[in-house]
Amino acid sequence: MTIGRASVPAKYLPVLVTGCLLVAMFVVGGIRYEGFAGGQVILNVFIDNGFLLVVAVGMTFVILTGGIDLSVGSVVALSTMVAASLMEGPGWPPYLVVPLVLAIGSGLGLVMGYIVQAFDIQPFIVTLAGMFLARGLCYTIGTDSIPIDDPTFTAFAQTRIDLFADLWISPSVIIALVVVGVAAYVLHYTRFGRSVYATGGSEQSALLMGLPVGRTKIAVYTVSGFCSALGGVLLSFYMLSGYGQHAVAMELDAIAAVVIGGTLLTGGSGFLFGTVLGVLVLGLIQTILSFEGTLSSWWTKIFIGMLLFVFILLQRLFSRRSGR
Amino acid sequence: MAVPAPVLTMSGIGKQFPGVKALDGVDLRLLPGEVHALMGENGAGKSTLIKVLTGVHPADTGTIELGGAPVAFGSPLEAQQAGISTVYQEVNLCTNLSVAENILLGREPRRRGRIDWKRMRARAAELLARLELSLDVSAPLSTYSLAIQQMVAIARAIDVDARVLILDEPTSSLDADEVEQLFRVMRRLKGEGIAILFVSHFLDQVYEISDRMTILRNGRLVGEYPTRELSQVELVAKMIGQELAALERLHGEARVFDRPLVEARGLGRTGAIEPFSMTIHEGEVVGLAGLLGSGRTEIARLLFGADHASTGEIAVRGTATPLRTPRAAMAQKIAFCSENRKADGLIPDLTVRENIILALQATRGWTRPVPREQQDELVSRYIRALKISPPNPEHLVSNLSGGNQQKVLLARWLILEPRLLILDEPTRGIDVGAKTEIQRLVAELSDGGMAVLFISAELEEVLRLSHKVQVLRDRRLVAELPNDAGLTSDVLMETIASGGRADVSVNGGRPS
Repeated sequence: MTIGRASVPAKYLPVLVTGCLLVAMFVVGGIRYEGFAGGQVILNVFIDNGFLLVVAVGMTFVILTGGIDLSVGSVVALSTMVAASLMEGPGWPPYLVVPLVLAIGSGLGLVMGYIVQAFDIQPFIVTLAGMFLARGLCYTIGTDSIPIDDPTFTAFAQTRIDLFADLWISPSVIIALVVVGVAAYVLHYTRFGRSVYATGGSEQSALLMGLPVGRTKIAVYTVSGFCSALGGVLLSFYMLSGYGQHAVAMELDAIAAVVIGGTLLTGGSGFLFGTVLGVLVLGLIQTILSFEGTLSSWWTKIFIGMLLFVFILLQRLFSRRSGR
Repeated sequence: MAVPAPVLTMSGIGKQFPGVKALDGVDLRLLPGEVHALMGENGAGKSTLIKVLTGVHPADTGTIELGGAPVAFGSPLEAQQAGISTVYQEVNLCTNLSVAENILLGREPRRRGRIDWKRMRARAAELLARLELSLDVSAPLSTYSLAIQQMVAIARAIDVDARVLILDEPTSSLDADEVEQLFRVMRRLKGEGIAILFVSHFLDQVYEISDRMTILRNGRLVGEYPTRELSQVELVAKMIGQELAALERLHGEARVFDRPLVEARGLGRTGAIEPFSMTIHEGEVVGLAGLLGSGRTEIARLLFGADHASTGEIAVRGTATPLRTPRAAMAQKIAFCSENRKADGLIPDLTVRENIILALQATRGWTRPVPREQQDELVSRYIRALKISPPNPEHLVSNLSGGNQQKVLLARWLILEPRLLILDEPTRGIDVGAKTEIQRLVAELSDGGMAVLFISAELEEVLRLSHKVQVLRDRRLVAELPNDAGLTSDVLMETIASGGRADVSVNGGRPS
């Protein structure tokens, strides 16, 4: 407490803890494994998790208002499916397909947000319905994996952007980072962003303060839908296929990343930067396990589970203290 | 002095809620540069009138004119933009955001669409300076006390060029100095020509600050009076619609208490309350007096088993009985009506009947439901006995006024026929009428043999009801005073302040 008060404001503390955890994991990994300490390992985490990062950004908006969006994984899968089928079947060009996919995702989010707001239904159940709906729609398009071999699309997906030394990233990473930057700007510097925080802090107060709470709530689900669709596009770059079994349970990874990043599930408190750290922590766990070699990938889940417990307990401690 | 044209006129306002006629033909006039008190009991329609004025609820009938032009607001935002700002009873701000944001949210200074945080902080500090406050405006609001939060809410309200400022119970959480500060601010705003609508239960404050008042009763207009032409007694009579019975001490002759019911022997809890001993006899009303945070609620929670004692023991009828959980206490017929009826007590989405029956059902266990006929009979008996209004058992509790909600909570515990009833601030935030009714009820219950532990911040009330008063100070029981003729609120206050009255034995409990 004394440290917190003296140097960092309490609101930055959860993010700081996640940041320290990330550094610690990186250091431990660097000591234990050969070739771990290079910058490419971090970049690979970004490359392998760019889509998750984008999805988690949308989830952050929703959770900041005190809501939840369970449909994101299914919308990601639906987006890969729509993109792959339209490019393979009728042979539509990517510059038509991608905007269409983004519009579908945003539309789904808009509808769910509208239902949550207009009928005052818990977001959990509305987005659960959306999750089943979107996943089901994937199979009406096709039950098998559809490969993507549109030349423009694959060329873009396989582009390597060289940085200094031997480091490189994929275009997806750039897209994800741009999304993060724009979203952080929106949350911090626009009225919409501040309304998101106010709504999550106290919906009743926000309403009485004259803020457009209804519009804000609908908007965050639309943002989440858009981010899911964009995440779907990035996953298509990564997988070069569309499949109804893609991104199963990704909503849970996204929620985990947001929570580990220090955002309160009750809303109103948290930072986008924390979400970025949360995604990196999840990615780094996988990397460490792959370096370890002998452990099964299910250990990822065990570590994520334990981390979640720790972070939820930490959050409880912080919110008790600041409540005093 | 010529009367200036009213800045706001509401006439013939009517509002119907399911089952209740909340407002019926109410008029209200606000003149520029006046403090106007809106008076009435809980449930008289004050809050509803304010909500109609600020666009939270649409009015069913009647018209509202602002500056001579008819208006109808669809939302608080529209009302605010027209110059009607409200500070509500419970501070409606977002404590997770910074002070500056809370003042300026929704109208942040922007440059090219981007919130200009620097200008925002400067503007917020400037507004607070107008209220003679200097705060760290970038700190989260949650780091400040409720009183400061209230001031922040007022700063927010006056930032828009307010013509009408509505203060709904702004002083209920403030101490004397803070009230004085608030009044200074109100006088200054009044001097700037703003009309202030002031709602408060504290009559002294109303008389200190207001120029005129409008009185409501049961959703109807009683009248509009200049404050200095109406005495406090007349005002109260108009509010409750009957001549107020003399506020005599409710217990007549002295009684002898010789059957100890609950004894605390060296009971204490580290960090909460130092070890204390006290005996509560059958039929006795024991008052707990002390400042906020002196350990009043802590004692109640220990006796109810809600907290674990670290030292000492509790004896019920002479035998030591560990009360480790509220369930154990309830089995010994001890009931606890907590001070926070919203958070710990009532379930707003259930009906009056369901709320009343809850504790009885819990003691029976869920496998043996209380038969519906018995429920109806019990509930209607208590609705009648406590004068719960409206007397409809199927009404949702959330639609009841504060005083009536408190009665529902009381009924829930009374139905268990407890031997010891612990009442923690049962009359806070409720109006004079309901207050006297609850006080009278407590006196009746104790006459019937029930022991009552009565906790209240109002010394007058403690004095009026209690047979003996336990005085707390800094989490220590400092004195036990028999409530005799020599005990006045001044003496009590002195005891609280000094920590003990020399001429009274602390081990008393003797009848006076």
